[in-house]
Amino acid sequence: MSPGRTSGHPTVLGTETEFGISITGRTQDSAVLSSGLVVQSSPDGTPVRWSLGEESPGRDARGRRYTVPVDVDPDALNALLPNGARLYVDHAHPEYSTPECLGARQAALYDKVGELALGRAARNTQRLLSGEERVSIYKNNSDGKGNSYGAHENYLIDRSVPFGDIVDYLTTFLVTRQIFTGSGKVGAENGRPAVSYQISQRADFFETRVGLETTIRRPIINTRDEPHSDPDRFRRLHVIIGDANRSELQTFLKLGATAMLLAAIEDEVLPDKLELADPVEATWGVSHDPDLTTRLRLVDGSSASALELQWQYLDWLTKYSEAASRPDEGVLDLWRGVLEDLEVDPLRTADRLDWTAKLRMMRAYQAREGIDWDHAKVRALDLQYHDVDPARGLYDRLVARGSMQRLFNDDEVAAALGDPPRETRAYFRGRCVEKFGSSIMSANWDSLVFDTGEATYKRVPMMDPLRGSAERVKRVLDTSTDVASLIRALGSEE
Amino acid sequence: MKEQSRKQHPEEDQPREQEVPTVPEAATADDLEDLLDEIDEVLEENAEEFVRNYVQKGGE
Repeated sequence: MSPGRTSGHPTVLGTETEFGISITGRTQDSAVLSSGLVVQSSPDGTPVRWSLGEESPGRDARGRRYTVPVDVDPDALNALLPNGARLYVDHAHPEYSTPECLGARQAALYDKVGELALGRAARNTQRLLSGEERVSIYKNNSDGKGNSYGAHENYLIDRSVPFGDIVDYLTTFLVTRQIFTGSGKVGAENGRPAVSYQISQRADFFETRVGLETTIRRPIINTRDEPHSDPDRFRRLHVIIGDANRSELQTFLKLGATAMLLAAIEDEVLPDKLELADPVEATWGVSHDPDLTTRLRLVDGSSASALELQWQYLDWLTKYSEAASRPDEGVLDLWRGVLEDLEVDPLRTADRLDWTAKLRMMRAYQAREGIDWDHAKVRALDLQYHDVDPARGLYDRLVARGSMQRLFNDDEVAAALGDPPRETRAYFRGRCVEKFGSSIMSANWDSLVFDTGEATYKRVPMMDPLRGSAERVKRVLDTSTDVASLIRALGSEE
Repeated sequence: MKEQSRKQHPEEDQPREQEVPTVPEAATADDLEDLLDEIDEVLEENAEEFVRNYVQKGGE
């Protein structure tokens, strides 16, 4: 039984998204300053110092330790949201990290909330700008000029699972899932061969199989071992190869299928590694093939398409889900339907997947305008799909006309900006931000430090992501009138 | 802005017949026509400059 998903329960997981940002009409534009301006302007954020005490981005899952040059600015802009999420400046991008969620559906909801949070922050930022200037925020992963920024997934897994098993059984899945995780992109980058349109925003930037880095020589399997929880019990698998998705169904499918595969790896039920001969080349090959016909070579000498390999994973996980009575939240049906439609004609998935929705729109636009892939308007459309401003984002236009299926409605998304998930420690964090925000001296995923007015600051450790849930702390939070009484009440509960 | 392209398609103001809007199997230009007009409204006047100026620093 895994501590991360006590039998029959879904996985603890979350996402981190770096958003693209531009302020047009600005004479002196610094991406860092612009990002700071946006984070600072959030009407939802409570500024909180982020404590790096427990963080260890140089800890490697393979057992080694590296000294990484962490560009830490103690005054870097950081805010917590009342839903337990984090909004901050990472490198030169505004970044939103979801709260810790239980299950893929909840994680997809809080991922979507990030677009709303950034949109609201951008609207406030706009009021500070002069008439000629306009701020835009994009949920994409590339500027089309060789610069990529991340959309990372985090899955809590059992520390006892050998990391080698994860590498062996997950790699081919990550390479081939691109056919339903890609957000689509015009052209190639980073020295890859020219292509009109490809499935993934990110594939071109992956250059090695396994590694610690996230900004250079990006690996298919990232080995950062920073659990943000009890390191003896948990591992946080940091998946960096996905695209940021605007489609809610796509985010849900990406997270749900991956979480289920990881559960199957933990339970040692996968019969084959389906090892690719060259996973890096396959990553590029799958992404550069929107017709889904490319054959990938496996180490056993056989070959298979990405679709065939995904059918194999779906088959295994369907059997696993039945045998383990594991709730799948509807992931398996969605997955099956997407694979079936991709097989007939990828554009049949244009109501569920970003890469096909965008491709369909681009083809129609090109046909009407009589222009080709290299036309600036096509590239502009590529960008504009990802604009989080609902008045300008082409994804939002598709939703508005009923061309894109949704998993959530606007009310659910708005509510989840104010309310944390009830099942994880994010509940405690979010409620504290809402009720005692001005008393929080610093925060990290696994702790909050409060100023109660007494001689010393009080640190509340949160080393177990499933403690601090509403069930455990709601009553104490509801009845505490000030932070000192909260700390006293928590102490007597222990 | 972009009045020109909208004028080219005055008939698109009329509701169009579609079979099943959520199944884009017949991905013809037709059933996206009204959206294509919206694209012209949303896209920057100078697409080339807009695309050229969108430069990000790498992240992660």
